[in-house]
Amino acid sequence: MIIDINFIGLIIASIMASAVPLILASCGELITERSGVLNLGVEGMMIIGAISGFALMTVTGSLIIAIFGAMLAGVLISTIFAFLTQTLITNHVATGLALTIFGIGISAMIGKNFVGIPGKEFPVFFEGLKDTIPLLGPILFGHSIVFYFAFALPFITSYFLKKTKIGLIVRAVGDSPESASNQGINVRLVRYACILYGGAMSGLAGAYLSMIYTPQWIENMTGGRGWIALALVVFSTWNPIKILIGAMIFGGLTIIQFHMQAIGVRIPVQFLTALPYIVTIIVLVVISRDSRKIRLSTPSSLGKSFHKDN
Amino acid sequence: MIKIVKRDQPSRAIFFFTPVLAIFLTLVAGGLIFFILGFKPFEALKFFFIIPIADKYGFSELLLKATPLCLIAIGLSFCFKSNNWNIGAEGQLTFGAIVSGGVALLFYEQEGFYILPIVILAGAIGGMLYASIPAILKTYFNTNEILVSLMLVYVSKLILDYLVVGPWSNPEGFNFPETRQFSDSAKLPLLFEGLRIHAGIFLALAAVVISWFVFYKTYLGFQMKVAGFSLKTAKYAGYKGKKMIILVFLISGACAGLAGVGEITGPIGQLHREISPDYGFTAIIVAFLGRLHPVGIIFASLVVAITYLGAETAQIFMQIPKYTGQVFQGMILFFLLASDYLLFFKIKFIGSKK
Repeated sequence: MIIDINFIGLIIASIMASAVPLILASCGELITERSGVLNLGVEGMMIIGAISGFALMTVTGSLIIAIFGAMLAGVLISTIFAFLTQTLITNHVATGLALTIFGIGISAMIGKNFVGIPGKEFPVFFEGLKDTIPLLGPILFGHSIVFYFAFALPFITSYFLKKTKIGLIVRAVGDSPESASNQGINVRLVRYACILYGGAMSGLAGAYLSMIYTPQWIENMTGGRGWIALALVVFSTWNPIKILIGAMIFGGLTIIQFHMQAIGVRIPVQFLTALPYIVTIIVLVVISRDSRKIRLSTPSSLGKSFHKDN
Repeated sequence: MIKIVKRDQPSRAIFFFTPVLAIFLTLVAGGLIFFILGFKPFEALKFFFIIPIADKYGFSELLLKATPLCLIAIGLSFCFKSNNWNIGAEGQLTFGAIVSGGVALLFYEQEGFYILPIVILAGAIGGMLYASIPAILKTYFNTNEILVSLMLVYVSKLILDYLVVGPWSNPEGFNFPETRQFSDSAKLPLLFEGLRIHAGIFLALAAVVISWFVFYKTYLGFQMKVAGFSLKTAKYAGYKGKKMIILVFLISGACAGLAGVGEITGPIGQLHREISPDYGFTAIIVAFLGRLHPVGIIFASLVVAITYLGAETAQIFMQIPKYTGQVFQGMILFFLLASDYLLFFKIKFIGSKK
């Protein structure tokens, strides 16, 4: 059997495409968590982004407005979370859950009028170069701007955290809010900013799903990707570059499942669909087993409220 | 001028007042949302919260929906009190239903008084088994229970889907994704002629009584509370952390499993694709709204159950998607968490004079 080398390239490209929303949401959540805040509302923010992007695209006809609108929607909904956890000092876990439940409800409410409407074609870059290089052609060329941004994001995030002053402040706030506060850093402000940034990235991830990946609106279309994105942050031990690896593994599981069905592997479809979730659990177990390593890499104040008495 | 002062001690009166405040604020916000959508707010709220329970049938439906919510929330209160974040009750419910449904199918076309207890027990065991996975992974492999229990929800629903489409599907069922009807001996008896409320409600009430007793009358309940407040103190008090974690997960798994039993052996009487409209997730809200207190949870489950019924009525009469129920549920939790601020802080109005 001869396998076309470009076919392999296409499969890798499709794996990368399904990794995009995971990378975006995980990198956003990573910044949030690095500042010491655990936002379990990723799934909710993502689905809000998905419906906002799709609705704005349909109503305004502008892809740019839609993409930025989806990010803004993510910011707005995460503002609720930020206000509750930072200003009213509520429990992070419970607030995040509320955000997810609320987000799924609101998105379905808004989305009622957008079910069954076909999406628009999203412009891709370098389409013509696809066939110029074997294998690498389909991997490198013919993708949307969001795709390229997603694959640059882990590197940008890593640079931001390691090399910039603001990145250092974010880490300081996450690792020791008390000392950061004593140094004159406004802990609450930093955390607000990190939460809103996480919201923007989750919103973008959702918009990618509803506008580019499967251009249509379906209720609950994020299908647990927000939760997998959360798991990826743990998987990465809060290192953005490792998010890239994790997202590719999960993207691969999703794509392989389609291809196995296509070539008629006799495994029930439900087991293949369950694979990403089961693998997530296994990976979490393997990563977390070494409790020392986890403790060293987890932001020390993760999930703990900080209140400065005045 | 307004000044915010930290309380020396969380206020007990406000502890029980804030859930009421949260419900009130949710109604206000809900009315506002309806207004934005172009409905008359009061009329819409009436459709949502009063019309569905205005008659005998509606009230029976309310109890029917409140039963699983109450049962699961009671179980979750054990977890949450001891700081274990089991958010996968939906999966434990599903797996409990699968195991008890499987047992019920074994007794297909058989009658006997012993069948129902076995079916119920099987559901509880199924829920416990499924809850033991995040518990064991947390205690022995240090794995985050939030993510594991949640991932297992998706897995359990896919297992159920596989079974009802494949090996367990009704051979005479024209390929509908459902199993055979259970025999009458495997079904929970209905309480009233013509209403759907069934004996499962007694399971919920038993759970309420037992949990109240455990929380307030036993050493174990005391240990749990201490562990919830401060793990360090609990360790000094000689409490066995790992055992406790596994125990609370097993309890909440059993409760969720029983809720699953109620869903399939009640009015439906068979396994099918969608046995629960996310009761397992909604019960998290119920547990918080009820302040993790058995009696509070009863009231909370009734309040939250209305959102399910209201969403159905609103869908029929106002063409609002049934997901509106989830919007209300999310808002209740938001407002509850927000008003908890009053527990720890006092808002003082200070006159302008010095």
